[in-house]
Amino acid sequence: MSNIPSELKYVASHEWIRVEGDGVVTIGITDHAQDLLGDVVFVELPEVDADVETGDESGVVESVKAASDIYAPLSGVVVEVNEELEDSPELVNSDPYGDGWFFKLKLSDASELESLLDAEGYTDLCESEA
Amino acid sequence: MGSKTALYEKHQEMGAKLVDFGGWDMPIHYGSQVDEHHQVRNASGMFDVSHMTVVDVTGTDAKEYLRYLLANDVVKLQDKGKALYSGMLNDDGGVIDDLIVYLMTEPGVAGEWFRVVVNCATREKDLRWMADQTAGFDDVALTEQPDLAMIAIQGPDAITLSKQAIGESRTNLIEKLSVFQGVESEGWFIARTGYTGEDGLEIMLPEDEVADFWQALADQGVKPCGLGSRDTLRLEAGMNLYGSDMDETVSPLAANMGWTIAWEPQERTFVGREALEAQKEAGVTEKLVGLVMEARGVLRSHQKVIVEGVGEGEITSGTFSPTLGCSVAMARVPAATADQADVEIRGKRVPVRVVRPSFVRNGKKVFD
Repeated sequence: MSNIPSELKYVASHEWIRVEGDGVVTIGITDHAQDLLGDVVFVELPEVDADVETGDESGVVESVKAASDIYAPLSGVVVEVNEELEDSPELVNSDPYGDGWFFKLKLSDASELESLLDAEGYTDLCESEA
Repeated sequence: MGSKTALYEKHQEMGAKLVDFGGWDMPIHYGSQVDEHHQVRNASGMFDVSHMTVVDVTGTDAKEYLRYLLANDVVKLQDKGKALYSGMLNDDGGVIDDLIVYLMTEPGVAGEWFRVVVNCATREKDLRWMADQTAGFDDVALTEQPDLAMIAIQGPDAITLSKQAIGESRTNLIEKLSVFQGVESEGWFIARTGYTGEDGLEIMLPEDEVADFWQALADQGVKPCGLGSRDTLRLEAGMNLYGSDMDETVSPLAANMGWTIAWEPQERTFVGREALEAQKEAGVTEKLVGLVMEARGVLRSHQKVIVEGVGEGEITSGTFSPTLGCSVAMARVPAATADQADVEIRGKRVPVRVVRPSFVRNGKKVFD
């Protein structure tokens, strides 16, 4: 069974969200998602300062097996991207909730946080897809 | 639930992720496909390939039958145990399957017989086709060997470690093997063949002995590898995958298999010969090439290849090459394609180099 930390929020497209305070969130893909993808070999991230809307395609993860779009789970402005992933995409596999994070977003509408799944909700979702 | 090989419990024990492969539950990887790939290029890895189909061809007409059945000519097999790669074609010259045939006896002796290894996904149609083609021959028998398991041990250290795992009596047999040759030993068949572009062995052995041998190999440090790395290794080596790079609608001449067609002697009739000769006469319009993409991203099968001023083609197999650190692919393109093309990836055109379809052999890059 994959690791689903209780302190994070989730969306059905398998991204996780960590609330950092000051209206900033960190976004990555879940352990379950990296496991389905297999070895990640490239990650294409959004530009810093890009405006994104919930559900926008904001990047691509390419594994040996397949290419998968990354969707913005919330609306806001990209304030930082994980440049480490350019040289070390395998961090997405080895540490999906830590060094394998994708980008940080300054939220434009903090109330959107209420629509996210908690760990329990995401666990149920993964089980229903299995 | 699919069919299980005799190594199924070993795979579970060693942490394999199992997936359906042509009706079989097979390991895709044991943790990381990329690590397993590097393991084979740099040291040694082992693959369970027991799902492959083994058919023995016996009878006084065995040789003449195979000379008719296959586009390559088994008369080239002049030493006991020697192996030959061939396409098995239909009357239109399309590829029914690709296979390896071994000469199991001295050539030309009474009781001369052959062993053929075909793909698992094509098993039923292959067996049916092979049986149908015996019609014009008085004495040929086809015997499938479903109780043989098969392990491929591949990589620069594969032979050394296999010798340490296999026991003294068989060590000597391995030492005498030349490349593309096999030897029988008390129900085992040990061949210096593979599908990775590295040196190594493919060993067929009775199912009830395979788990112990697999463990003995693991104890020597040979790492279990899944079919995921087998695919990236074969693609880097420029070896075709049946069903992706060619099938019944594709001529071997358009699948980089021209070298496997034995045109001489001209009087030899084989299935598909007339069709191939007509194709050659008319001019072959497509070819299978290699593509190398320096840009970030991964080439995938079925992506469109655009050759400016020439026409369009399609990727037949594509992947990220762990050895080269960039993406490579095989593609079927118009015969006039030179050394540059574009591939359409998610709506964008990305330039690629066109090379001979072979990227890595024995751990080293082989194209310029």
